[in-house]
Amino acid sequence: MTQANPTSSAQALPLPEGVQGIVADWSSDQRAFKNVPWGKAMMWIFLLSDTFIFSSFLISYMTVRMSTTEPWPNVSEVFALTLFGRKIPLILIAIMTFVLISSSGTMAMAVKFGYEKNRRMTFILLLITAALGATFVGMQAFEWTKLIVDEGIRPWGNPLGAAQFGSTFFMITGFHGTHVSIGVIFLIIIAIKVIRGDLDHERPGFLTGRKGKYEIVEIMGLYWHFVDLVWVFIFAVFYLW
Amino acid sequence: MAHVEGQQHPIGIYLKIWGLLFVLSAMSYAVDYFHFQGYLRWFLIIVFMLLKAGLIVAVFMHMMWERLALMYAILVPTLLLMVLLGIGALEADYTFFTRGVFFVKGLL
Repeated sequence: MTQANPTSSAQALPLPEGVQGIVADWSSDQRAFKNVPWGKAMMWIFLLSDTFIFSSFLISYMTVRMSTTEPWPNVSEVFALTLFGRKIPLILIAIMTFVLISSSGTMAMAVKFGYEKNRRMTFILLLITAALGATFVGMQAFEWTKLIVDEGIRPWGNPLGAAQFGSTFFMITGFHGTHVSIGVIFLIIIAIKVIRGDLDHERPGFLTGRKGKYEIVEIMGLYWHFVDLVWVFIFAVFYLW
Repeated sequence: MAHVEGQQHPIGIYLKIWGLLFVLSAMSYAVDYFHFQGYLRWFLIIVFMLLKAGLIVAVFMHMMWERLALMYAILVPTLLLMVLLGIGALEADYTFFTRGVFFVKGLL
């Protein structure tokens, strides 16, 4: 794994900034993304493709919702919960939003402590992030159960109005929940690597010969923040519309 | 290579953005709670959504400290989705109109 690339001038020459920098970075047969480990560039490109998947879901949701002639169920009431004897609209979704944002905050700090090689803090923050993510999935499972069992909502129809409500709801939140679940699994894997010292001693990981480095914490963080980012859009267009 | 490739920033900025995201989420929840309707509702929802998305991408995902080459490679293709959004909206209007004419009595 030597990176002695004779055409690389990332360190030898000062890098131009601005638009000139874009042209210089992309031209003449060299590494395009300077100052970025390739794993991170690849994660960004994966996230770009995932952006297109989620956008296709959300835009098709918009299309079916705008084109249906049946009334759309009142989302604010469907997701209301009775707490302390009072019916609060959309409260479960609000709590889920705060849980996911908090997990993004702890993840950002885990990345920071990772680069400082503070093993303990990174491990603790990664575990808190995973716990918050698992809480989110748990609340989503509760929400799905409530909708399927109590309200009789199915992907092909529901008693509250337009059939498209069920199909888009289960597809979009299901796909997002899957992303969160996979994220939780990987957070735990990375946390174990951190506390074992795999990254300090640059041990190669499972299925790869590359040395372990703290940049994998940041790459994990990119994925996790993306999951939060998608939720921002789902929250706005699905639950608040 | 690979000695200055990490992203190091003071912890304060993460905490501030975290707080700001909390405030923005509370405000978008308030839009629903206080039953804002019409264009005001739409305006507020979309402003809060884009502010939150921007803060997450810029600070939590460190995009504001990356080189322009990476920023453009990720953000410019995303803008193309506006075309899909426009097509979807046009098609939905047309479908709604046709359904109204042929299937639903008294809708139009």
